[in-house]
Amino acid sequence: MGRNPLAIPVKISQSELAALFGEFIDPQYVIADRETQKPYECDGLSMYCEMPLLVVLPETLLQLQRVLRICHSYSIPVVARGAGTGLCAGAMPNAEGVVLSLAKFDRILEIDPLARTAKVQPGVTNLAISEAAAKFSLYYGPDPSSQIACTIGGNVAENSGGVHCLKYGLTVHNILRVTMLTVEGELLTLGSQGLDSPGLDLMALFTGSEGLLGIVTEVLVKLLPVPEKAQLIVAGFDSVSAAANAVGEVILQGIIPAGFEMMDTHAIVAAEAFVKVGYPVDAKALLLCELDGTADEVEQSVQKVASVFKRLGATSIRISENEQERAQLWRGRKSAFPAVGRISPDYYCMDGTIPRGQLANVLTKMQQRADQLQLRVANVFHAGDGNLHPLILFDDSVPGEFAKAEQLGAWILEYCVAVGGSITGEHGVGVEKIRQMPIQFSDLEIQQFHRVKSAFDPLGTLNPGKGIPLLKNCQEYRALRQIQPPKQQTVAGEKP
Amino acid sequence: MSDISGELIDRVKFAQQHAQPLKIIGANTKAFLGRDVSGQPVNVAAHSGILEYQPVELVLTARAGTSLLEIQQTLAEQQQMLSFEPPLFSASSSGSSGGATLGGTLAANLSGPCRPWSGSIRDMVLGVQLINGRGELLNFGGKVMKNVAGYDLARTQAGALGGLGLMTEISLKVLPMPQLRLSLSLAIDEAAGIVLMNQLSATAKPIDAACWLDQRLHVRLSGSSASVEQSARAWQLDYGFAVDTAGQQFWRDLTEYQLPQMDSRQPLWRFSINPTSAPLEVRGDCVIDWAGAQRWVSGEQEIEQLQQQAEKAGGSVALWRGGDRSAEVNQPLPQAMQQLQQRLKHSLDPDNILNPGRLYSWL
Ligand SMILES: Cc1cc2nc3c(=O)[nH]c(=O)nc-3n(C[C@H](O)[C@H](O)[C@H](O)COP(=O)(O)OP(=O)(O)OC[C@H]3O[C@@H](n4cnc5c(N)ncnc54)[C@H](O)[C@@H]3O)c2cc1C
Repeated sequence: MGRNPLAIPVKISQSELAALFGEFIDPQYVIADRETQKPYECDGLSMYCEMPLLVVLPETLLQLQRVLRICHSYSIPVVARGAGTGLCAGAMPNAEGVVLSLAKFDRILEIDPLARTAKVQPGVTNLAISEAAAKFSLYYGPDPSSQIACTIGGNVAENSGGVHCLKYGLTVHNILRVTMLTVEGELLTLGSQGLDSPGLDLMALFTGSEGLLGIVTEVLVKLLPVPEKAQLIVAGFDSVSAAANAVGEVILQGIIPAGFEMMDTHAIVAAEAFVKVGYPVDAKALLLCELDGTADEVEQSVQKVASVFKRLGATSIRISENEQERAQLWRGRKSAFPAVGRISPDYYCMDGTIPRGQLANVLTKMQQRADQLQLRVANVFHAGDGNLHPLILFDDSVPGEFAKAEQLGAWILEYCVAVGGSITGEHGVGVEKIRQMPIQFSDLEIQQFHRVKSAFDPLGTLNPGKGIPLLKNCQEYRALRQIQPPKQQTVAGEKP
Repeated sequence: MSDISGELIDRVKFAQQHAQPLKIIGANTKAFLGRDVSGQPVNVAAHSGILEYQPVELVLTARAGTSLLEIQQTLAEQQQMLSFEPPLFSASSSGSSGGATLGGTLAANLSGPCRPWSGSIRDMVLGVQLINGRGELLNFGGKVMKNVAGYDLARTQAGALGGLGLMTEISLKVLPMPQLRLSLSLAIDEAAGIVLMNQLSATAKPIDAACWLDQRLHVRLSGSSASVEQSARAWQLDYGFAVDTAGQQFWRDLTEYQLPQMDSRQPLWRFSINPTSAPLEVRGDCVIDWAGAQRWVSGEQEIEQLQQQAEKAGGSVALWRGGDRSAEVNQPLPQAMQQLQQRLKHSLDPDNILNPGRLYSWL
């Protein structure tokens, strides 16, 4: 293959490209027909769709490398894809580009129980790692609710979190080494088998970079010992603010729960109707607080948390008495998204993060704004780390409803920024939140992101149009904002 | 307690206009780290003060020049702490009073014995405000627990030794203090000690430090009193560990690099490797910290021979303190990686004025 150093886009047709890939990839894994391509048109955020030029599913590193080299030489966009469970249209195809599926890279290469690590290919699912490690009484910490389906490559690309990230950290805290291919097809190793590496920490930068800086080809993850004991306390409250106070008070007692989740009344009712686990359907807010550790420790902490909940007005408290009950009580929380799917034709999941002290305020204001727009919102989220997941309920078959849902979604993200938070805690920016990026960042910061991108991908062919907005669009996006910033600019250095 | 960010921005802009390298200095407690560089000194220590701290949020924001001592005292009043047990260098002979600054600690990515379990400062960073090599004041990350908007240029500052920006403000996650800490020790040889420290790390006990030296394994348990006491009893019975009453001082000396084995008149080498690696073949005795993942040896050594061993052990070695600091002190990197690191540096510091050459001669 001739390289094209000047990057003058030499045109190549779809069939020529498919033939070129077909020379070294099983032709059934080079997908050009629309029908077979259809499942790849979107990720978990199905409101955003696009059909690609081609979908390829290479099976070896060498094939992967050659795909990248060819795409690079023709300046063809490449969109990496894991399981397609992403919620920000990060894996949405590019119309002129190739979808590079890592689905065939689904092997766990090695588990080292003494070093507490697993070496895995990028297409391995999150849950498969913990399942394979279970025989050593080890597991992989981050547990996104999508863990049966989502891949570790996607997790690295999004820096995914989950219920247990409050205590055990996000993806970035639980990986040691990432092997990646650059856009030119150059193989690089970030991190090491030790806890740090010489030079700049490119692994920190790469984690959460949404497929814009390179393709993950292998991950060495850390494994944690399975705790001796875990117990779940489920408590109902008669107001969201009472529940929010209780979250803060537990933390002030010096307790870091393994998971600390909140559900509001819509979510409680929907989940209970769906899985019937015995949640108090008359409660306005429900807290699920999991404590883990050694047996004595868990016993002590459970007593402490229960008494905090009582003192702060819990209307019901239930403590899991065995593993079966714990799993059952979690089931309501874990199936909350599909449960909400049953009470509304469609829903739109948001992902802002706020300082915990703002929980009651933000949830109240959100409700008011939803009422104005005549929309319903169900909340089920990671209360312990202030990561909201408002589910906006709407009916896509009614013209204008999705636009309204998007408007409310944008307002929520803007409000998160206004109270000192972020537009995304774990789902990423993708296409979806690109308009809110200039609300959180100044032009200079966005420009700096583009410079970082260029250091890795000078032609900008890796997942173009995602993550970082074009500078020329930022003013327009800011002009569309629903919440005006305070008069005095807080971000110094930003030109008025 | 003052804000000198305006002055700092002017210094960087001036330096850029005059292509004049800068040497960023906090309390100058870690001048020994990295390579010797020349440059106009910029002092950040005066840019200090805790800006925001609400115990309920578990987040603290402070100017980069704030001393760790001040931060730790403030946190301790609320029974909270910096969870990565950083060295304070507070009694250092550098002439500075307050000891290490927050900015310097992040730039050097230094964390104490609890690092494998509680994480490093790199793991706890939530957001950074910095001045890049263009003199632009930029904010990355945030003051909340989770934030995946934009590239994580906050965490990337860890270990960059100032080469990617002059940091002005840092937000960190902080944690509650454990109720109890207890040290245990056991006589054991090196190879068996390495295996045991890894085995103990794979249990669900609240271990948060493990260091082998002088034919002894030292471990520490931290957490709720119930779990620490119960685990200590179990390990005394199962392995013959004894309670180590001098433990607190030992961990402090280790954290501050002041053990007799870390003689400051000799070159000190640091390995960062797979924790289960067999004993290294080096001249003299190793101090094996981080349950095997960080190993120290002092004295004159064959650098290439150390590098080969480090590579075989899945990691790297650095001439951490002393020796020839005009040569390379870090393990060499592959060509493609070198170029990428140079391009990243260039994206933040196009004129190469921020601590050039401190990590590598070419960076
Ligand atoms: C029901 C449901 C619940 C969810 N719960 C959570 C949750 O609790 N926490 C959470 O954090 N997320 C959650 N998610 C979001 C999603 O599962 C995560 O973002 C996940 O990490 C995506 O993995 P994936 O394999 O599906 O990636 P994809 O959706 O295929 O891709 C996601 C992004 O990663 C890139 N990418 C994928 N593979 C690679 C690779 N090998 N190299 C480089 N880039 C790559 C893609 O280009 C894209 O930008 C949830 C989603 C659903 C549908």
